[in-house]
Amino acid sequence: MSVAERMGFFTDTSICIGCKACEVACKEWNAIPTDGLDLLGMSFDNTGQLDANTWRHVAFVEQTHDGDLRWLMSSDVCKHCTHAACLDVCPTGSLFRTEFGTVVVQEDICNGCGYCVPACPYGVIDQRQGDGRAWKCTMCYDRIRAGGDGGRAGSGGGLMPACATACPTESIQYGPLDELRDRAARRLEQLHGEGVAQARLYGHDPADGVGGDGAFFLLLDDPEVYGLPPDPVVTTRDLPAMWRRAGLAALAMAAAVVASFVGGSS
Amino acid sequence: MKSYYGRQIVKTPVWRPDIPAYLFCGGLAAGSALLAAGADLTRRPALRRSGRLTALGAVAAGAAFLIHDLGRPARFHHMLRVVKPTSPMSIGTWTLTAFGPAAGLAAAAELTGVAPAAGRAAGLAAAGLAPALATYTAVLLADTAVPSWHEAYPQLPFAFAGSALASAAGAGLLAAPTAEAGPARRLAVAGAAMELAASHRLASTLGLTGEPYRSGRAGALLRASQALTAAGIAGAVLGGARRDSRRRRARLVSALSGAALLAAGALTRFGIFAAGVASTKDPRYTVVPQRARLEQSAADAGGGAGGRAPAGSADDERGAVGPGRDQLADDRVARDLPGDEEPA
Ligand code: SF4
Repeated sequence: MSVAERMGFFTDTSICIGCKACEVACKEWNAIPTDGLDLLGMSFDNTGQLDANTWRHVAFVEQTHDGDLRWLMSSDVCKHCTHAACLDVCPTGSLFRTEFGTVVVQEDICNGCGYCVPACPYGVIDQRQGDGRAWKCTMCYDRIRAGGDGGRAGSGGGLMPACATACPTESIQYGPLDELRDRAARRLEQLHGEGVAQARLYGHDPADGVGGDGAFFLLLDDPEVYGLPPDPVVTTRDLPAMWRRAGLAALAMAAAVVASFVGGSS
Repeated sequence: MKSYYGRQIVKTPVWRPDIPAYLFCGGLAAGSALLAAGADLTRRPALRRSGRLTALGAVAAGAAFLIHDLGRPARFHHMLRVVKPTSPMSIGTWTLTAFGPAAGLAAAAELTGVAPAAGRAAGLAAAGLAPALATYTAVLLADTAVPSWHEAYPQLPFAFAGSALASAAGAGLLAAPTAEAGPARRLAVAGAAMELAASHRLASTLGLTGEPYRSGRAGALLRASQALTAAGIAGAVLGGARRDSRRRRARLVSALSGAALLAAGALTRFGIFAAGVASTKDPRYTVVPQRARLEQSAADAGGGAGGRAPAGSADDERGAVGPGRDQLADDRVARDLPGDEEPA
């Protein structure tokens, strides 16, 4: 495996127009089956959430202040966590870290144990009904590998992920994560300079509970407004403490058995 | 609390009732292997026999539940491709893979009477693995983003260990003659007490994430389990009290108490499972503790949390006008839309 640069998504929701081109391009390229038609009665969002058959999801938030309405639109995706719980807990080795630092399910290995589904702190990965295996965004692993150069846009050969290619406003930006982080910091500064005090980055910080996201965001409100957890932590961070408690319980169990046999007359 | 139309954030486990059923079977198998080994070493052949057979039956049923729950059951052996310390399911699979054949050998020696020494060695090996088998499942549940499981990681292993012992003791009380049932009786009391203490702490010390253990279906299951456990303890004690007079009645009381403890063990597992599931369905359990954590760390850092956005106040909301908001405010469509920042 050749090690390429860590690639990522920077989704700047301040310029998302809610066209859902990303959702459609993702489904088309990855040949994802339909979830069926469903009207959810939530603004223009009839998709609802990321799941096995939705790897990009555009959220529509409607807010009113003093009679004014504003829309927040945001294209959500797998965060390709630095410390990915889905990958940590996968018992078959189906989930793996690619040479681009992304997290991908190998569909020929997954046996549908379902452990990754409740492990993800963002509620991204899901089991596909009727298929039984777990599915999620691959950051278009096939496309970005195609050129062998890490798929850097404009550097020839490699293709950008389908969603970033389709996005008409460049709300979804794909590239080397370091570059994206610099670009995001500049964009944040610019917005703050323009008086958009609420603008904040989400998932950009390598010191956060998941070690930073490979796919991070610029948001205009609190994360939970968009259906994102405000302070996600990779569950395996507490695993040593969990095993210690289990070890104590196991000892207590053994002690209780010994006591039951030596502690009585019958 | 803000949310996206009240929708859940973390996913609900896709596991079917096979999984709580496995939790019960695995615990029963582990406890029974321990009881059988003790009976073997202290020459209680009937208790040993029932323990070994229960251990094999329960571990076989448990493995069947596990495989049945897979999305691709024919690929169950993919679990054996890797040994992964970060995955409690991987560790558990390997523990089960070692425990199963040991329990099988011990039971085979019991049934055939062939190679009792090998049977003893296998039975002791199974007993050696049993505490791990009974408690890894608690780590498996806790090692998720499910709020009421993750936050409960200090208590869950004790609930599972106690429940495993009480269930196995219950099976021993059902199957073994009164003369050999003394250790099962004492183990029933010890295990049930451990389980009751742990499940009491689950409901009382976890704050918001303890709520699902007290309310709804999970709360009802756990309360039923506690009532049966208490009855089981009482029966275990009473059934041992008058061994000489009224032996028949004592036997019946012991058997009833054993059945109550087994039922309680199953209810505990289904109840804890249901509590976790309930905690995924309401974003409160995800958002509120995380918000509190952020506010705490912001306070610890003396107000300004490095790189973290402060919770939005009414003032800073006014300061930020989203792109296109001004045009939208005049739009006819906008006036028809119910503008609710926190849809229920
Ligand atoms: S967001 Fe969820 S599915 Fe994506 S890498 Fe992180 S833990 Fe895995």
